[in-house]
Amino acid sequence: MSKITIPLGPQHPALKEPENFMLVLEGEQISGATVNLGYNHRGMEKAAENRTYIQNLYLIERVCGICSHSHTTTYITNVEELAKAETPRRALAIRTLFAELERVHSHLLWLGVAGYEMGFETLFMYTWRDREQVLDCLELLSGNRVHYSINTLGGVRRDVSAEQKAGVIKRIDYLIERTNYYIKLATEEPTVYARTSKVGMLPPDVAIERGAVGPTARASGIARDVRKDEPYLIYNELDFKLITHNTNDVFGRLVVRALELVESYKMIKEVLNNLPEGPIAVKVPMRIAPGECVNHYEAPRGEDIHYLKSNGTDKPERLKVRAPTLANLQSVAYMMEGGWLADVPLVIAAIDPCMSCTDRAVVWDPKKGKKQVYGWEELRKLSIEQYKRRGVDFSRL
Amino acid sequence: MESIIPLAYLLIFPGFLFLAVYGMFLQWVDRKLCAVMQNRMGPPWFQPFADFIKLLAKEVIVPDEADNRMFRLLPYFAMAAVMTALVSIPVTGPSALYSFQGDLVAVIYLLTIPTVTFFLAGWSSSSPYSTVGAMRVLTQLFAYEVPLMLSLIGPAILAGTWNISEIAAFFSAHPALIPAQLLGFVASLIALQGKLERMPFDIPHAKNEIVGGQFTEYTGRLLNFFLLAVDMELVVGAALVNAVFLGGSLGFAGWAGVGVFLGKTLFITFLLALLKVLMARIRIEQMINFCWKYLAPVALAQVAFDIFLKFKLG
Repeated sequence: MSKITIPLGPQHPALKEPENFMLVLEGEQISGATVNLGYNHRGMEKAAENRTYIQNLYLIERVCGICSHSHTTTYITNVEELAKAETPRRALAIRTLFAELERVHSHLLWLGVAGYEMGFETLFMYTWRDREQVLDCLELLSGNRVHYSINTLGGVRRDVSAEQKAGVIKRIDYLIERTNYYIKLATEEPTVYARTSKVGMLPPDVAIERGAVGPTARASGIARDVRKDEPYLIYNELDFKLITHNTNDVFGRLVVRALELVESYKMIKEVLNNLPEGPIAVKVPMRIAPGECVNHYEAPRGEDIHYLKSNGTDKPERLKVRAPTLANLQSVAYMMEGGWLADVPLVIAAIDPCMSCTDRAVVWDPKKGKKQVYGWEELRKLSIEQYKRRGVDFSRL
Repeated sequence: MESIIPLAYLLIFPGFLFLAVYGMFLQWVDRKLCAVMQNRMGPPWFQPFADFIKLLAKEVIVPDEADNRMFRLLPYFAMAAVMTALVSIPVTGPSALYSFQGDLVAVIYLLTIPTVTFFLAGWSSSSPYSTVGAMRVLTQLFAYEVPLMLSLIGPAILAGTWNISEIAAFFSAHPALIPAQLLGFVASLIALQGKLERMPFDIPHAKNEIVGGQFTEYTGRLLNFFLLAVDMELVVGAALVNAVFLGGSLGFAGWAGVGVFLGKTLFITFLLALLKVLMARIRIEQMINFCWKYLAPVALAQVAFDIFLKFKLG
């Protein structure tokens, strides 16, 4: 059978964000796959250099819509370390609370997306309805559903009251009940099992070689979690299990995320019941002495790394963000090869990709050497040639 | 006057007009039921009609690479085949407009034509997504067609006739035998789900994988008539299953017959909607395995049981 090349993206119903996968098909099976990134580059790292540390909080929060708290917390830990600020314990506990609520919201969202990609729309509708509960929790605590803006230099912006605590615990109890139902459904429904088992295999050695992080790595049996390996915030005081699974497939990733939800509920309750007393923020100077700092953080999708360099002014010299999706994307091409076309959306979704976090790299062609300004005609010609190489001819349009 | 009645049968009731309107209505029922089961609001009752009118007004674009004449004619072929099939299926009365010995086989073949046009539509569009969709249409055809035919043969053997109207009359006369067809009924419903390309067998136009599948390049009016043909196929398929397994109109005629027909097709639509909501879409190779390993033997068991029953009853 002859080979066909199918472009999956940048615009495709299975993708929520622009990215491109070129799939070489032999019948229904994939014999080759390449990943192309860069459709979502927004120049955020450069923009961060022109803003003060406090203004950057609002910029960094918008790196990603879902792990907004992850990115600000990593950034702010760097700033506080450079400024040698002592963040109050209550503030750290509230940050942990938000981190876990965010994980719940992200994992429930993922469960729905996975259901949608395998054509199980009922699961999608159910989980997204229940996800509203955790969004309500976040709104109750911070006033916002997605960009909570809870972090500020030296602490958090809002305290947690007794009523808010009761409201959150009530909703978490409901979610625990629903999550147990989803775990039962995901592990016992035969079509879900048929679609996820032995799909997107990533053996542990390949996962290590390609630097997989987060639930993707943990589903390949690698016990890798920043919260355990190098505890930040107050994770060293919390009691939680590191969830791993050894099936190396999408089913494993589903189970890992579902069981992590249960752990997160436990942690949320623990933090709320043992909130330390004291102030929620300290003052941090506007200008920060020269220095550099790296911090990592277990975002819902995996390890998020921020590098920050200060130069004595009120603006950073350099900020570098390595989002978890960039680490996991290297594994996607491996997971797709030899699989079925029908599994591609699910395999891509299984790493929970977040392209707007990832597309921050500048790519240039070293062969060209010098800078060149292209006009419309030249750009059009270049893009036609580019697509011709990939097997699609747009020259007659 | 004599010639007007068959013409009215073909064009108005239960022919083209009724089929189109009722098909769109069933589409709405299906969507609304699924929505309610999935905790959603669902569309208002006029949504399928609004979609129909909207698509009629849209521009028709034929790809350069496609065969212009074939690309434009295929939707009408699909619709014509579905409507022709209805001629031999008893809808609201005990007998069809035109029934003959062997019309069961003819109807099965007429209902295969839309699937073949879907394949040709996808293939002639010559875009990667529609080519893959077209290959899936054909692969899927080989999976569900055999179980569907086998399951329809059972009642025919029991009734001792290949005439759909006579099969319906037989079951109307012996309603006690209807529950004995349960296995075949279930097998035929599942195979029908495959024929109508509905969840969990909507593999040829799985939107997460190959966008619109075989219909990716179709727009406007042409797409509209394909979708209408699928809606009509739902009615005709439900009517066929109803006539073969559930005794058709149960001997009623006139308004009572219409009522029985509507009630039963709504029930079958409910079952189809339930199947759609309960499952994830499966892969093409899983579908072939399922159809040949489980569905075809179940249908065969029904045939064997019917032969046994036939001898027992004399």
